[in-house]
Amino acid sequence: MSLVYSEEQQLLADTAAEFLMAKSPVAAQRKLRDEGMSGGTADGFDAALWREMVDMGWSAIPFPEELGGLAFGCKGLGAVFEQIGRNLSASPLLSSIVLAGSVIELAGSEAQQAEWMAALIGGDKRIALAVDETPRHDPAAVALRAERAGDDYVLKGTKAFVADGVGADAFIVAARTGGKPGEKGGISLFIVPADAPGLQVSAMKTLDSRNHATLVLNDVRLGVAALLGAEGEGFAALDAALDRGRVCLAAEMLGATQSLFDTTVEYLKTRVQFDVPIGSFQALQHRAAWCYAHLELARSTVMAGLAAMDDPALDAAGRARLASLAKWKAGDAAHRISREAVQMHGGMGVTDELDVGLYLKRIRVAQASLGDGDFHCQRYGEVTAAEA
Amino acid sequence: MSTLEDFRRETRAWLEANCPPSMRTAMPDGELVWGGRTVEFKNEDQRLWFERMRDKGWFCPDWPAEYGGGGLTPEQNTVLEAEMRRLRCRPPQINLGIWMLGPVVLEFGTEEQKRELLPPMARGEIRWCQGFSEPNAGSDLASLKTSAVDAGDHFVVNGTKIWTSYGDKSDWMYMLVRTNPDVPKQQGISLLVVDMASPGIEARPIDLISGKSSFCQVFFDNVKVPKGQLIGPLNGGWTLAKALLQHERRAMSKFGEFALPTHFDLLSIAGKYLPAQDVSSPADIALRQRAYAMAMDEMAYSLTAQRMGEEARARKNVSGLMSIMKLVHSEQEKDKFEVLADVLGHRALGWEGEAFEAQELAMTKAWLGSFAQTIAGGSSEVQLNVIAKRVLELPEGGAGKQGK
Repeated sequence: MSLVYSEEQQLLADTAAEFLMAKSPVAAQRKLRDEGMSGGTADGFDAALWREMVDMGWSAIPFPEELGGLAFGCKGLGAVFEQIGRNLSASPLLSSIVLAGSVIELAGSEAQQAEWMAALIGGDKRIALAVDETPRHDPAAVALRAERAGDDYVLKGTKAFVADGVGADAFIVAARTGGKPGEKGGISLFIVPADAPGLQVSAMKTLDSRNHATLVLNDVRLGVAALLGAEGEGFAALDAALDRGRVCLAAEMLGATQSLFDTTVEYLKTRVQFDVPIGSFQALQHRAAWCYAHLELARSTVMAGLAAMDDPALDAAGRARLASLAKWKAGDAAHRISREAVQMHGGMGVTDELDVGLYLKRIRVAQASLGDGDFHCQRYGEVTAAEA
Repeated sequence: MSTLEDFRRETRAWLEANCPPSMRTAMPDGELVWGGRTVEFKNEDQRLWFERMRDKGWFCPDWPAEYGGGGLTPEQNTVLEAEMRRLRCRPPQINLGIWMLGPVVLEFGTEEQKRELLPPMARGEIRWCQGFSEPNAGSDLASLKTSAVDAGDHFVVNGTKIWTSYGDKSDWMYMLVRTNPDVPKQQGISLLVVDMASPGIEARPIDLISGKSSFCQVFFDNVKVPKGQLIGPLNGGWTLAKALLQHERRAMSKFGEFALPTHFDLLSIAGKYLPAQDVSSPADIALRQRAYAMAMDEMAYSLTAQRMGEEARARKNVSGLMSIMKLVHSEQEKDKFEVLADVLGHRALGWEGEAFEAQELAMTKAWLGSFAQTIAGGSSEVQLNVIAKRVLELPEGGAGKQGK
């Protein structure tokens, strides 16, 4: 398992860096936010930019060739997500490709794959993954019921914090067909079209100005063809897809944190108080040095998490362990550094004029998404203890 | 014409034929072999492995053959290290002189010094200790006062060195001495090598809060040191000291690869001492979560060591990564022993005797021992200064002369 990018992966990272800096710099996210606030796009991303990403093949990266993918692996994807983080670029790459696409790749029947994979990879359709119900992510806590009614299933309940849910063509909904909340058994996955009768989608305006939605399912009736995989056995595929999403999100946080850190160190060198650059003060130097150390530690865990997703020698527990480590440590470093970035920028750090706040807000959302630090810490410990 | 691949094949075959199987296992505590005038072997395999590697010149594989080295190119040396790692070969001996002083003598020594000092080192015959710190020169190393006064054909050395690891067991010392007290402090320092058997030297072991230690204080009372034992220019020792400290960091990380102190596995110890999940109180659960987080930090560190190795092999600049390793590891060790002490409760409060298990007593000693880790070998504060200045290139401040 290699913890550095290969030459091809580095090349992809360089291309992504160049492309995003030109087409989707932080200024573009700021504009998107301001227009969104005045009632512009509800999608939270620029559709034309997403089209270009698709044309460059990014949406095909993680999938096997027989499904129309490039089989370039999660590490390749991580190289892109790191650059996405640096520029705070918004797109449905995580929601529709990494998360929803992976569920269909891992749990979908041939017919379901034929119906959806090409459309997702081609950017013609979007699917959003609806898992969370409680305020904090915990996929085993799914309570939304799916009752058998003859040949059909009837889904009733709510989903919250569904990334890129507004404007999605369909949802993958995790629902309980057996067992009780907290149990991994008894969870089933359904594809629910956005226009299904009884489904209500409403926007949650989040502080990162991205697209998040609440779903209310009021007796949504679905045929058995909507079921992904076997009834009651959806958790494994769901968790595997979530792990891919977690490491990609960790890579995004790493990129965002790196960018924020670089900006802050630059500021320490140029901001003058008491006739000297504030970066000459040891009180700030030591804190900045610790930030650097944590950032490097986070990078190692992110590289390991990405590589683990592509490593056929690891089992699901081995992948889960490294995915949780990556999400935990990237979140930890992002948390420390975003707080320090605001503090070290002083009064300017709390103004909307600087981009520091945009990074702080996106990082906060990314930390909470797909499992916060406490969730992944517990998961890492339990997986490790179970292996011992 | 031999290519690198041929070399790899030959090396692999030689190691497979010559490294005894028992030397390809994880090294238990206390099975390090220290080179020196008298080498102690615990078993025949240790002796065989030591002698075979010595005769091959592979105690110092990348030194020139004329000084007793293996004469390998840097590329071949990388291959050898990789093959040894692959076969999990133990290091045949530990010899800080080879790793730290050797490269400095190669770079700065005279031809005569190279011929005199290097071959015995390469044969593992001399055990070296380091005389840098003094009671009043710790983090501010350049303020050292041990003096070497010119007395014609020799220097007369007076003063004391402290925190000298194995000062009482070593054959020779390389030491920094003050040869000119009348110039700015960095400009009056020289590097000497001294035979520890010289009259006037006394090494006293130091007891620590954790008990017995390998550290010594070494006293010099009118010790005669021949002029030929000055390495590099007179009063030019500070440059050499910085080079040595660079090699020290590398040596320590190399040392860390195999000479891990008794490893306390946090999660299994937490499993043993904390109540089962279903009868855990919220406090037990919170403590277990702290143990998990600590284990994750440890994993992040070991992945970083792995990544640094990989980047170094790819010829990338790893000086930034290298600068955080000592800081992170020593701080983590301290944190880890705090968590362990909490997990063990009063079982972590034993000093000696039958009321406590051996592992519990070892844990207590290790907790006390961990305090030294963020002080020795460049305190955490010095490490942070180095990162701030060399890696982040933050500007010098009023206190900026520290930690350079």
